[in-house]
Amino acid sequence: MSILVDEKTRLAVQGLTGREGTFHTQQAIAYGTKVVAGVTPGKGGTTHEGIPVFDTVHQAVRKTGANASVIFVPPPFAADAVMEAADAGLPLAVCITEGIPTLDMIRAWEFLEQRSTRLIGPNCPGIISPGKCKIGIMPGHIHMPGRVGVVSRSGTLTYEAVHQLTGLGIGQSTCIGIGGDPVVGTTFLDAIKLFNEDPDTEAIVMIGEIGGNTEEIAAEYIQEHVRKPVVGFVAGQTAPPGRRMGHAGAIISGGHGTAAEKIRAMEAAGIHVAKSPAVIGETVASVLAARAARG
Amino acid sequence: MKIHEYQAKQILTRFGVPVPRGEVAETPEQAAGIAERLGGHVVVKAQIHAGGRGKGGGVKVAANTQEAREIAGRILGMRLVTHQTGPEGRLVQRVLVEETMPVQKELYLGLVVDRTRACPVFMASSAGGVEIEEVAAKTPQLILKEAIDIGVGLLPFQARRLTLGLGLPADLLGQAVKVMIALARAFVETDASLAEINPFVLTDDARLVALDAKVNFDDNALYRHKDFLALRDLNEEEPLEIEAGKHGLNYIKLDGNVGCMVNGAGLAMSTMDIIKYAGGNPANFLDVGGGASAEQVKNAFQILLSDKNVKAVLINIFGGILRCDRLALGVVEAAKAVGIDVPVVVRLEGTNVEQGRRILAESGLNFTVAANMKDAAEKVVALAS
Repeated sequence: MSILVDEKTRLAVQGLTGREGTFHTQQAIAYGTKVVAGVTPGKGGTTHEGIPVFDTVHQAVRKTGANASVIFVPPPFAADAVMEAADAGLPLAVCITEGIPTLDMIRAWEFLEQRSTRLIGPNCPGIISPGKCKIGIMPGHIHMPGRVGVVSRSGTLTYEAVHQLTGLGIGQSTCIGIGGDPVVGTTFLDAIKLFNEDPDTEAIVMIGEIGGNTEEIAAEYIQEHVRKPVVGFVAGQTAPPGRRMGHAGAIISGGHGTAAEKIRAMEAAGIHVAKSPAVIGETVASVLAARAARG
Repeated sequence: MKIHEYQAKQILTRFGVPVPRGEVAETPEQAAGIAERLGGHVVVKAQIHAGGRGKGGGVKVAANTQEAREIAGRILGMRLVTHQTGPEGRLVQRVLVEETMPVQKELYLGLVVDRTRACPVFMASSAGGVEIEEVAAKTPQLILKEAIDIGVGLLPFQARRLTLGLGLPADLLGQAVKVMIALARAFVETDASLAEINPFVLTDDARLVALDAKVNFDDNALYRHKDFLALRDLNEEEPLEIEAGKHGLNYIKLDGNVGCMVNGAGLAMSTMDIIKYAGGNPANFLDVGGGASAEQVKNAFQILLSDKNVKAVLINIFGGILRCDRLALGVVEAAKAVGIDVPVVVRLEGTNVEQGRRILAESGLNFTVAANMKDAAEKVVALAS
């Protein structure tokens, strides 16, 4: 009933000993995530919050069998941390860090292309399979296990949507924050494909925002290949052109990347678009009800 | 970060991009002096962070030193209005005085990041001198592209392919390749988000020159280009945005009258949207950060209330790990510290929301507590009008 992370996930925390790393690791452990290692160069051999700390990701993987990492490393060093995770052969790396130079991420992206690691983020809240595993900074308790997959470029807006779903008694299989940067490891398309193949995900929520065209690319795929109902939302319908709206990637440039374009593409692909952020949950509920009625 | 044309040209020159001879002037006398040194026949160009300067009357040719002085006198101090400045225009404080060029052909060269392919992309077009967006919309076939492998940069064969595609004569191949590689290097080595030469001209005497140039930097990379910080022109920025930036707040001033304070960029954008749906207009975008700390809320109040257009404020906060009761205490504390004279509608959601709402309702402050986002937007729009 989930994708990418579950009970079998064994997490290494890159940047465990920092303030953010420490706090969110405590939260993850409290949620039930199996945190097996920390990585902080120079602090290998110590323990932090009862977790063994290693100098390198390779060592952490060899000694603990970690199969995923989360990165709480400051921006100048974060791309290196991503590439180290990939070099250690981890199947999944989740980069929370905001503020990484775009060209650093491009270098990391090229490095990742030669390896098998899936990167989520950067500049993202992380990924959670409710009741099983939480990797990142999202509040665990607003989630509820279930059969709706959520993918989003935003943090709090995703919590908002998840909260609405949970409030309506609609659980989630997995929620992925893919991040607000222009270059990210996992795109809408990647996440949609995974949800489409997951037998336990019966509907998908896709929360986009202005900037780029990854919503349009995913919409095209959905139209051709996805038979599960998809609910969409796009933030920034009133955003002025040429301004970065908080996220590095949220910018309308050269007249492209507008919310209107994205909504048009989603609607053309048969996606049920919630016009207001207040009705994302309701829209999912009505889509699921209609599906149930059809049998 | 945006910089001026003359600054962009100084940077590109370092990488070997040929630009016209010229200097920047802040007074008509300086402009005349520069014109004199350049032989009298010059172009005087207003330096503001916006395109469309020529159409707005900010770029004029002078036939001699005296004319250069007069033109600079007219342009310096004017509020130049272009399609990118808004109706209020921008105050011109500097002009670039440059030698004129006998132009045979106007081309376009530029680099941006292709977000989908995750690489810089080099664009070249024979339709120079007009905005590339216009070319892309009307004649996309005139834009040639080469994806750049960031490890090796723009390769000579790619530059040759572009040059030949532009229809430049073969004897210019070496010159064009050199400029293109220089521009691509400048883009990568300065961590630019945009580098553009438009027009890139072929002169009557067969030289290729960057007649205009534009470079924007990736803000996230400025920490490793400390020298670029001196290039920032605060006169080009909204004072409230500068102030917000000092506190690490993401704030963008808009022209409505409903101030918004939200945690998280996506939620902040959707809050603007829902205000619009309720028939109002947002006065700003403001993201106080996912955690919405009391200190940040206080700073945010101060910024919002400095905007005299703001007639009511909507606070929309989703309390996740930081619970709503704690958030509410922070908001009340900040509101008391700042002293607020406009109605405030608060919409809290998340953990311990009931306690949070009670704290707000019992605070003795002029707070309207909203039940949900839609309700909040309707209430705040009614209060603002």
